[in-house]
Formats: sequence, structure tokens, C-alpha cells
Amino acid sequence: MTQGEKRRLWVGLAFISPWLAGFLVFTVFPVCASMFFSFCDYDVLTKPVWVGTLNYRDMFTDSVFWKSLYNTLYYAMFSLPLGLVIALIIAVLLNQKLRGRSIFRAVYFLPSLIPVVASAMVWLWLLNGNFGILNHMLEWFHIKGPQWITDEKWTKPSLILMSIWACGNTMVIYLAALQDVPRALYESAEIDGAGPWVKFYHVTVPMISPVIYFNLIMGIIGSLQVFAQAYIMFGGGGPNRSVLFYVMYLYQCAFDYHQMGYASAMAWILFLIILFLTWVATRSTRQLIHYGGE
Amino acid sequence: MNFLQRLLIYTLLVLGAITCLIPLLWMISTGLKPIEQTMSMPPTWIPYRSYVQKDGVLTEIQPADVGKYPAAQIVRKAAPRWENFMNAILAMKMFGTYLRNTLILCVLTVIGAVASSALAAYGFSRIDWRGRDKMFLVCLATMMIPFPVVMVPVYCLFRWLGWIGTLKPLWVGSFFAGAFNVFLLRQFFMTIPKDLSEAARIDGCSEFRIFWQIILPLCRPALMVVALFQFMYTWNDFLGPLIFLTKQEDYTLALGLQFFQSQHGGTEWHYLMAASTLVALPIIVLFFFTQKTFIEGISMTGIKG
Repeated sequence: MTQGEKRRLWVGLAFISPWLAGFLVFTVFPVCASMFFSFCDYDVLTKPVWVGTLNYRDMFTDSVFWKSLYNTLYYAMFSLPLGLVIALIIAVLLNQKLRGRSIFRAVYFLPSLIPVVASAMVWLWLLNGNFGILNHMLEWFHIKGPQWITDEKWTKPSLILMSIWACGNTMVIYLAALQDVPRALYESAEIDGAGPWVKFYHVTVPMISPVIYFNLIMGIIGSLQVFAQAYIMFGGGGPNRSVLFYVMYLYQCAFDYHQMGYASAMAWILFLIILFLTWVATRSTRQLIHYGGE
Repeated sequence: MNFLQRLLIYTLLVLGAITCLIPLLWMISTGLKPIEQTMSMPPTWIPYRSYVQKDGVLTEIQPADVGKYPAAQIVRKAAPRWENFMNAILAMKMFGTYLRNTLILCVLTVIGAVASSALAAYGFSRIDWRGRDKMFLVCLATMMIPFPVVMVPVYCLFRWLGWIGTLKPLWVGSFFAGAFNVFLLRQFFMTIPKDLSEAARIDGCSEFRIFWQIILPLCRPALMVVALFQFMYTWNDFLGPLIFLTKQEDYTLALGLQFFQSQHGGTEWHYLMAASTLVALPIIVLFFFTQKTFIEGISMTGIKG
């Protein structure tokens, strides 16, 4: 290394030092410690005791663990694709030359801004089986609305509905990508006689595919960690633990039962599930994603 | 587009917009009602008072007496109960304290996030040093790690420091440049021509002065985005306060609202909705004043470098 290179290295490290320190204290240390705790019996108050793979083996026979995993996957399986598709439809509609476009955009974005505590309260009230406005509106169509909050069959759909309501963030990301699609592509497709569907399928989707992929990955990471809404609305996990999600159970194990070791082991399994699903999503969409300039 | 297509699109968009707004309007409407109107069927959207003609004078009747008069004689007039907001604040008991804690945290985390991530993003984009890009990949990779993985050790660390039950765990971390903010600012820093720094360097300008006097002023919009996102994040955060705060006088608004609900839930819906409106309102107002920055910021996250 020359004198100049050395100097630049030190100056560069000095600039990134806030991140570097945080990386060591809030990432490297916790990741290592969490790995260690996952092989221990640890209740915070006394020293961790090494128990080998006991926590991981316990998970296999813990029916609540399986239930929480099932609930989470069920939630993700519906809320993620529905959210992605509905956000895309809205974004495509909003990308037309329309009057009042910016007002519509603001309105669709609004729900995703509402603090999760406030929106959880509102939905709890909206979905109230007896006095809620949703069931009242269903009555206009002569549908007897279910007990959304207290019937275990309807708690998961309630939360899925709520997550779709707040898909504005995804919509705005799509919209930005749609605005970057060159107009010339549509014009040449029109010259070739393409209708709106053909244009959507053969021009729009390939052109924004990197952003669809980005939203998909973010969605996987986010929906598997669903916590706050469900915790605020259902506390201990709802009727018959029907909305006890993975991270909620993990939180309970850590802070209600003080089983920090078990909670850490659960966190690592969650990490592996997220990595695995991200890998599957990446593998299966690799052929379909079109990066500009290739 | 022909007329029919246009009509179809507008219809769909208006229907969707109504769906988005109904929960919020219902929140505000309920927040302005007296308690007996929150549980009346069929529900009304506009809070009202009932009156009857008595000796030629329109007199208000109490909800309990409504049954005593023939329905045809009763006149309803819109009457939002603005006092619900004050009463909800009083019912929450420590609303002022919650608000103060939330604002303290917002200010500290915004300062911390902007300052630290600007420094780190500068180091990752404007100086060439060996291993820089590899290190940046590591920085990006940390975004993949789910919070639950680090949650227990971080809690233990703060416990060991004696910070559990104080506000410190909720703001100290923001001074250590989060990967997401670094990524966002780095994207922006890279668009500034290299020649600008080179010229300053030749003139003998120190690296920190280039950062402070040349680059930062050019990056105000991006810094605004980071500040805005951080403010929103801190205002809305629920899991952090839930884990690290123990005393009611340290609660943030989010946690305080949930605490109020867990005590009064299921009955005083009008106060709960008024309080929810108060928690949501600052964010909505902030959004309307900074819409452009907001939308641009979110768009930036989706476009990868």
C-alpha cells in the first residue's frame, strides 16, 4: 500500500466508524450471542447453562410452535400475493393519464402511514361483530357478517384484509417503476397492433420485473415477521391461538416465560426459513426477471 | 382511451379510494360521538343530538328519553362532540408524558440517524479505500437479519448496562448508522460528480470539510428523506418500546395507546377512536406537507443501484 492508499483507508474507516461500531455491537455480538444462547437454558437472571440441541429438539414436539408456524405461513401465503397483485393493479390504473392522479395516489398511500397501534384499534372496532361498520355494510347485500375478532375461522382473514388495506407502500414503489418504462416501447407495441392486455403482459411486466422481485423479497421478510397488529388486536394470540404468529410466540417465550434460549433457537429457525424462501423465490424467478440493458 | 375505458378506470379507482378512506372516516366519526351512538344499530356516520318541538321551542332530549316521543316528532341535528378529544386525553391520564417521551425519542433518533448515516454513506461512496465495496456488501447483508435473532442478546446487553426501563435503548442505537439509511444516502452521494471532491482536495481541503461544506448541502433532499423516515419509524414503533420500557411514565404514545386499550377496551370506543385519531393525525399532517419528499424517498428504496 502506498502512503496515499493507507491514508485513504484510515479516513474511509473513520467515516464509516459509526456504522462499524454499531455493526460490531448491535449485529456481530448479538448474532454470536444468540447462536450461543440457542444451545443454552437461559432465563436472564441466572447464567446460561449449556443444553446442546435440546431447544431445537423441543421445537419438534412443541405443538404451539407448529401452530404459530402454520398461522404465519397461512397469513403470508394470502397477504403477500394478494397485496402484491392488488398494489400492482392500483399502480397500473394510477399510471394512466387521469385527472386527480396525485389525489388518488395520496389516498391509496394514506393507510400505510397510519401508526400500527392506531390502525389496529380502528380495525378492531371496524370488525366488531355486533356494532362494526363492516358487518353493517355486508347487511346491505343481505350477508350476515361473521364475528371477525372472536371466531377463530375469521381472525386470520381479518388480519389479511388489514394488510391489504395498507399496501400503499408497495404501490408507490411500483408506480415509480412504471413511470420509468420508456413510452417508446408502448408506442412500438401499438404499431404492431398490441391491445392493453398484450402491452401489460409483454411490456409492462417484464420492464418492472426487478421491482416486482424487490417487493416480493421485502414482502417475504416482512410478512413472516408479522407481529405488532396481531399482538395489539389479539394479545395472547386470539381465540384458540388462531393468530398466534411466529414472532408473537417467540416474544412470549422470551419475555413472558423467560425462555431466552428457546426464543433464540426459534429466531434462528425463522432466519433459516426466511433465507430458504428468499432463495426459492430468487431461483424460481431468475429466468423471468428482465434487467435493463441486457 | 375511449370514454367507456375511462369511466371503468375512474369507477374502480373511486371504489378503491372509498375502501381506503372508510376505516379512517369511521375512526374520526366514532371519535366524535357520544358513547350511546357508538353502539346504535344501524350505525350513523354523523354524530347528532335529538330535539323535539315543545311549546314552539326546539328542546334537546336526552338519549334515555328518546323512546318517550313519537319518531316523527324527533329532529336530529349534526353535533360532533369535540370535547371527546380532551376527555380522551384526560382518560389516558399520562397523555402529555407519552407525547413528551415520543417527541424526545423522535428528535434524538432523527439527529442520530441523519448524522451517523451521512458520515457512513460518505465513507462508502466518496472515498476510495481498499475493501470498501466488500464492506458495503456486508452492510447490505445485515438488512437480511431478522430483528428476533438479535432481540434477546440486545435486550441482555441493555439489561447489563442497566438501561431497561429508561428511554436509552430506544435512541442510542440510532447513532450507529442503520444499513437502510446508509444505503439510501449512498445512492444519492454517488450521483454527485467526483470532480467536485477532487478539485477541493487539490485546493487542500480536508475530507471532513468536503463532506460538511460541499457534499452535505447538495444532499439536503436525501437527508430530509432519512429524517422523515426515521421520525415516522420512531413515532410508530411498537415492539421496541414494548420490550425496553417498563414504567408507565416512560411509555411512548404508541405503547400508551395500547395500554389504554388494554384497560378500557371493548367499552369506551369513542375515547379510543379519539385517542387513535390524535396519534395518527401528526403523521397524516406531516405527510401532506412533505408529500413530494415522501414519495420520492419510497421510490428511491425500490430502485436498486
